[in-house]
Amino acid sequence: MNAGDRQRIELLVERILTLARAAGADAAEVGATEDAGRSVSVRMGDLETVEFNREKGFGIAVYFGGHKGSASTSDTSEDAIAATVEKACSIARFTQADPYHGLADADRMATEFPDLDLDHPWQLETEAARRLALRAEDEARGFDPRIVNSEGASVSTHQMISVYGNSHGFIGTQLATRHGLSCAVIARDDGAMERDHWFTVARRADDLEAPEVVGRTAARRALARLGAGPIPTGRHAVMFAPEVSGGLFGHLVAALSGGALYRRASFLLDGLGRQLLPRGIDVVERPHRPRGLSSAAFDAEGVATTAKAFVSDGVVASYVLGSYSARRLGLSSTGNAGGVHNLTVLGKRESVATLRERMGRGLLVTELMGQGINLVTGDYSRGASGFWIEDGDIAHAVAEVTIAGNLADMYGHVIGLGDDLDPRFNVQSGTVLIEAMMIAGV
Amino acid sequence: MTDALDRAEAVILAASDLSMRSLQDALGRIGGGGIDFGELYFQTHRSESWGLEDGMVKEGGFNADRGVGVRALCGEKTGFAYSDDVTGRRLLEAVDAARSIVRGGGSGRSGQLLAARPPRRYDAVDPLVGLSAQAKIDLLLGIDAEARGHDQRVKQVNARLSMVHELCLVVATDGTLAADERPLVRLDVSVIVEHEGRRERGSAGGGGRLALDTFLADDRASRFAREAVRIALVALEASPAPAGPMPVVLGAGWPGVLLHEAVGHGLEGDFNRKGSSTFAGRLGEQVASVHCTVVDDGTLEGRRGSLTIDDEGTPSRRNVLIENGVLKGYLQDKQNARLMNTVSSGNGRRQSYAHLPMPRMTNTFLLPGEHDPADIIGSVDRGIYAVNFGGGQVDITSGKFVFSTTEAYLIERGRVGRPVKGATLIGSGPEVMGRVSMVGNDLALDEGVGVCGKDGQSVPVGVGQPTLRVDQITVGGTG
Repeated sequence: MNAGDRQRIELLVERILTLARAAGADAAEVGATEDAGRSVSVRMGDLETVEFNREKGFGIAVYFGGHKGSASTSDTSEDAIAATVEKACSIARFTQADPYHGLADADRMATEFPDLDLDHPWQLETEAARRLALRAEDEARGFDPRIVNSEGASVSTHQMISVYGNSHGFIGTQLATRHGLSCAVIARDDGAMERDHWFTVARRADDLEAPEVVGRTAARRALARLGAGPIPTGRHAVMFAPEVSGGLFGHLVAALSGGALYRRASFLLDGLGRQLLPRGIDVVERPHRPRGLSSAAFDAEGVATTAKAFVSDGVVASYVLGSYSARRLGLSSTGNAGGVHNLTVLGKRESVATLRERMGRGLLVTELMGQGINLVTGDYSRGASGFWIEDGDIAHAVAEVTIAGNLADMYGHVIGLGDDLDPRFNVQSGTVLIEAMMIAGV
Repeated sequence: MTDALDRAEAVILAASDLSMRSLQDALGRIGGGGIDFGELYFQTHRSESWGLEDGMVKEGGFNADRGVGVRALCGEKTGFAYSDDVTGRRLLEAVDAARSIVRGGGSGRSGQLLAARPPRRYDAVDPLVGLSAQAKIDLLLGIDAEARGHDQRVKQVNARLSMVHELCLVVATDGTLAADERPLVRLDVSVIVEHEGRRERGSAGGGGRLALDTFLADDRASRFAREAVRIALVALEASPAPAGPMPVVLGAGWPGVLLHEAVGHGLEGDFNRKGSSTFAGRLGEQVASVHCTVVDDGTLEGRRGSLTIDDEGTPSRRNVLIENGVLKGYLQDKQNARLMNTVSSGNGRRQSYAHLPMPRMTNTFLLPGEHDPADIIGSVDRGIYAVNFGGGQVDITSGKFVFSTTEAYLIERGRVGRPVKGATLIGSGPEVMGRVSMVGNDLALDEGVGVCGKDGQSVPVGVGQPTLRVDQITVGGTG
């Protein structure tokens, strides 16, 4: 995709907005995307799947006073465009008026579009992709005789253009690429099988981890799980590895989101100013990070994104708002319509070895299962697997246990942050050590 | 009513420059020359939804999508490409991309297509046009009034009415020619209650492959509203759940998510062909207690997980997966069935034309036993009685699975006692199924809200079971 495609999609968005205005809408907003990519996977040394992706589509929201209607389609023929605009307008004739509906305020529209360095197309032919995937899988399968089976390795590349425009006259475009490599293998010992995987993802192919590293990591992780069993039920310190710790702060974002707040469906109602995390911990958003996996110059409503802290020195400093929920709460949009962009947990970072020493004994969690999180109350209960730590060292693998607590209490008892940030996730926190949680095992 | 094949040809092909002849030509271009199976899957998908909040229906949306997915198989290899422009040129581009897993071109020959017209499992209705927009809005407003009127502790009511109409047409080099017209409706209600500083949520809902007026019949919509309020009020009273292994009685209906996670996924053909499932190579073995007979049945009339044909054109079936505890069969699609020298069980499903089909469940449930549910509860000295659940998840290789309660009670000396907060239950599939010691006579299927995720693809499914007792499973409470 190139400058010509960009111009074509921008013109499409403008044409749809013109149609909406002609249909009598006071205001309208349109998002259009095109995505092209391919993925190639191998399994047990042989090519398994070659997948070509190419999709497009647009969505429109129209406003007649406080009446709103939405429609979307993958069909960008002239007839379909007209029919989709008409459909959105006809829905708006039935919906009830909500004074909080509408575009984000015009003076909040992004006016600067810094180059975030997100677009790095990868001319990846099937054969080259197959060889890369094989390097990962071969490394994993050859790593140890107990690696007896494979779910394969795959390489993928995607390029996406997304254009957002609204009747303030705002139009913004983002071109971005996303490439990835993953591998999953199965280890067997004493009749028990354990599977694990690893992946790397980046805007630029050169930033991906080497296939051998991905394969080796997948193999190590599967092997490390062998011999896992439950542990006795009790209250212990719990350490979340970086591949799962981001989720803890993902729940924080969800609980601070405007939608949950105005629906009174959050355990952090009236949370602004509350000491939630220990002093010295910040949770910050950096939307303009070059090549960031969630970087964006504007949010889903065209509002300029800015660097900010949601938690500062442990205190809730900002909610996570789009314009609708902001109006409901009597506040201003924080530029987070559609979510957060590159969240990082900052604080005194220590080596994982130091944290393990501090913990002494407890559970290191490397995988979580299930959705047992109640955001209304903060109650948390999930399946977990990982390792039992004794005297600061790994004693044995653990599986088939649950960890339970309340998120507000867990945040208040964070007693250590690791220096091992995982760049693959939108929310990055490194290892997180929590003083105590209930572990149910045998 | 017109036939689904006629409808599909009229709607899908007429809107393009394609004809049945050009589909045959496209199949000829995929097949042969090393490709042992080629398939074209055309789909149109229209959906509409309306959302209620603050006592108003202030959101409504519509989506239309169509496209064609082309698949070429060569042994264990798959080539796949798709297009959301349904034109002759795009179709041939997709054909050439999909068959690029082998060198050279197709044979140009295509065999005879045999039209399949299996018995319909739901009516060919379009739920988007059945009720007027105002009637849909009134239905939602009625839910708001019902929920708020039911108890003054109700502070928020959110409800969503969704309807989908889907038409698919599948042709393949094995002679498949089949089409399906699939309605799908769903109503979700969620409430927030507040009392003395505590807040809780409750949700309920249902649906199926039905017309929208299903929600008007038998007071069904109002019942969902009252059920959501009831669950939320129970949660207000809940105290911490216990922690550790103990007997658990699972209620009838939706708790059948147990079977979906503990058994269903592990029996999908792809995992068993590849040897990655804990159930691989265990046909004929005892994998559950003798009280357990588990079926996957896509033929149930109008159910959310039901299919007249699967997405490969195979008529859906009632498949016995486990009989009296003995493993009888796997869930198969065409590719895995061929590689395992068996036939498709009618479980080849895909989220859309833009996704590859794979073996998936339809409606999965446990057949009823002898016991009165009250006797099952009465048999437990100290444990949990769990009647509503959120989602679950399974690791099919180790067999470990979880599912999380949203409504559960302590059982003390055979009596149902105080409600306990949501807790995740964790166990190993074959072990937990081996500990099913009592099965009730009250088989019920869920109301029709199940969504199953696999490899990033979502499909609608159903679950069900009678009340049953698991002698021991780990309960993830805090107390």
